[in-house]
Amino acid sequence: MSPTQIAIALWTVVLKEIKRFMRIWPQTLLPPSITMTMYFIIFGNLIGSRIGAMDGFSYMDYIVPGLIMMSVITNSYSNVASSFFSNKFQRSVEEMMVSPMPNWVILTGFVVGGMARGLGVGVIVTIVSLFFTQISVEHPILTVAVVVLTAALFSLGGFINALMADKFDDISIVPTFVLTPLTYLGGVFYSISMLPEFWQGASMLNPILYMVNVFRYGFLGVSDIPVGIALSAILAFIIGLFVMALWMLERGKGIRS
Amino acid sequence: MAEPALSIRGLTKAYGNGFRALKGIDLDVAQGDFFALLGPNGAGKSTTLGIVSSLVQKTAGKVSVFGIDIDEDFARAKYHLGVVPQEFNFNQFEKVDDIIHAQAGYYGMPMREAKPRAETLLKDLGLWDKRKGSARMLSGGMKRRLMIARALMHRPKLLILDEPTAGVDIELRRSMWDYMRRINREEGTTIILTTHYLEEAESLCRNIAIINNGEIVQNTSVRDLLAQLDTETFLLDLSRPTESVPVVQGFEVQQIEGSQLAVLVKRGQRLNDLFQQLSSQGLEVVSMRNRANRLEEMFVSMVEHSNGGKTGAPTQGIDAAQDASDDREGARR
Repeated sequence: MSPTQIAIALWTVVLKEIKRFMRIWPQTLLPPSITMTMYFIIFGNLIGSRIGAMDGFSYMDYIVPGLIMMSVITNSYSNVASSFFSNKFQRSVEEMMVSPMPNWVILTGFVVGGMARGLGVGVIVTIVSLFFTQISVEHPILTVAVVVLTAALFSLGGFINALMADKFDDISIVPTFVLTPLTYLGGVFYSISMLPEFWQGASMLNPILYMVNVFRYGFLGVSDIPVGIALSAILAFIIGLFVMALWMLERGKGIRS
Repeated sequence: MAEPALSIRGLTKAYGNGFRALKGIDLDVAQGDFFALLGPNGAGKSTTLGIVSSLVQKTAGKVSVFGIDIDEDFARAKYHLGVVPQEFNFNQFEKVDDIIHAQAGYYGMPMREAKPRAETLLKDLGLWDKRKGSARMLSGGMKRRLMIARALMHRPKLLILDEPTAGVDIELRRSMWDYMRRINREEGTTIILTTHYLEEAESLCRNIAIINNGEIVQNTSVRDLLAQLDTETFLLDLSRPTESVPVVQGFEVQQIEGSQLAVLVKRGQRLNDLFQQLSSQGLEVVSMRNRANRLEEMFVSMVEHSNGGKTGAPTQGIDAAQDASDDREGARR
């Protein structure tokens, strides 16, 4: 395919993905907005007022970046996992497989679609948070870069999950038993400096901790871990997962007999 | 000489459990042909077409589409291919328009070209009024036509139709036949058809291959294949019921109902002899028809033969013809 044809094909996949989650917005965009509003009311307002300052910021201000990041992570992941698996299940993935579109275009299209939903929900949650607190962003470029990279990373994760899944249960296992615990233990609601030394060390093995902290650093200028290491780790994960997903796609894992 | 539209050499497919779905088949389909690939369920038809369209990975062998080896440049070969699979394989929740336009996009076709092309195809296939609706709201026949429209969006030179009229009512099926004939004749599109309606293959196709147990058991023209037919079974309706099966010298006769007979006629036998003998017994024939489609009789015979059920030239008796007839009816249910 020529570069122009590739651009058309990529845009087709991205647009199809965006249309999909917009078409079912009560399932994709509304629930995270309501859930996050509950978090802001209960943890931020009611409980947060009794907790006091965290790393020199009000508890509400402290959890806002973490909650935005949590929305981006879960929505990027689940969008690609459910969309690609649904394409597999309905066999509509065959439309793409029989076309001359290269596999990397298919992969990139789904990933960008997942990022669009993750970032879209991130924007909605940010807007909701404005009803509860004033947001200031210390490092805007870093903030945007981290959230975009994180959305890409978890979209890739969702794609691999969907490729490997044989039934709908398989695409809920990772979000329920891996993603949610890692997110809650990733410093969304607390600073790891509050933990005993052993658990601080254990927390450093959690990749989501790095993303939440760098994102918080972008907002507030404070982080539990070095920003450079966190960014490098995110980039390394993205490259690793992209290569893995493409390799699986080339081999036809789960989609070709 | 022009390259074949499809050339297959030594195509083999073995699954992990050791099952060999294809055992080294060779097949050529000429440009502009209307070609039938027939075989019982599980014979290897869909596996063959799946390999050609990249949905199944081959174990060994060579496949070329208009001279392009799929191992060397599958992307370029895919531009020439349009695929209409057996199962509905579009997102049922998407709009008809979106499905068609997305297909164009996957082939890199800009929207300014895709829109008029989609309009032509949707109008030709009677889907224009449904374009803004969700695909799941379409009837079964409309869904099949949507898959044909989708497959033709990028103007493929080779169209693969895997049981395109399954479950479609007779009127719609005939309109689809007309459309397929038109694109084959007027646009020169090579068509490969698999079907269980053998009258469809007989009516549409010029050449035919029969595949059974992963092997090609016959590959010839429909005309030559039918010329090999040694027997035909006719159903005769009598003007009044007969109490016993009439004895007709040289013919095998069965009574189906009181006033209906099934008669096996071998090649070279004259129907006049049959009518004269019946007439001499006071039996008057008011109508007559083939019990099964002629190609169907041939097909059953070939498959039985390749399964080791019979040896020598393919022939069959009344019971086999009855099975063929029942199978056809079964397929329609």
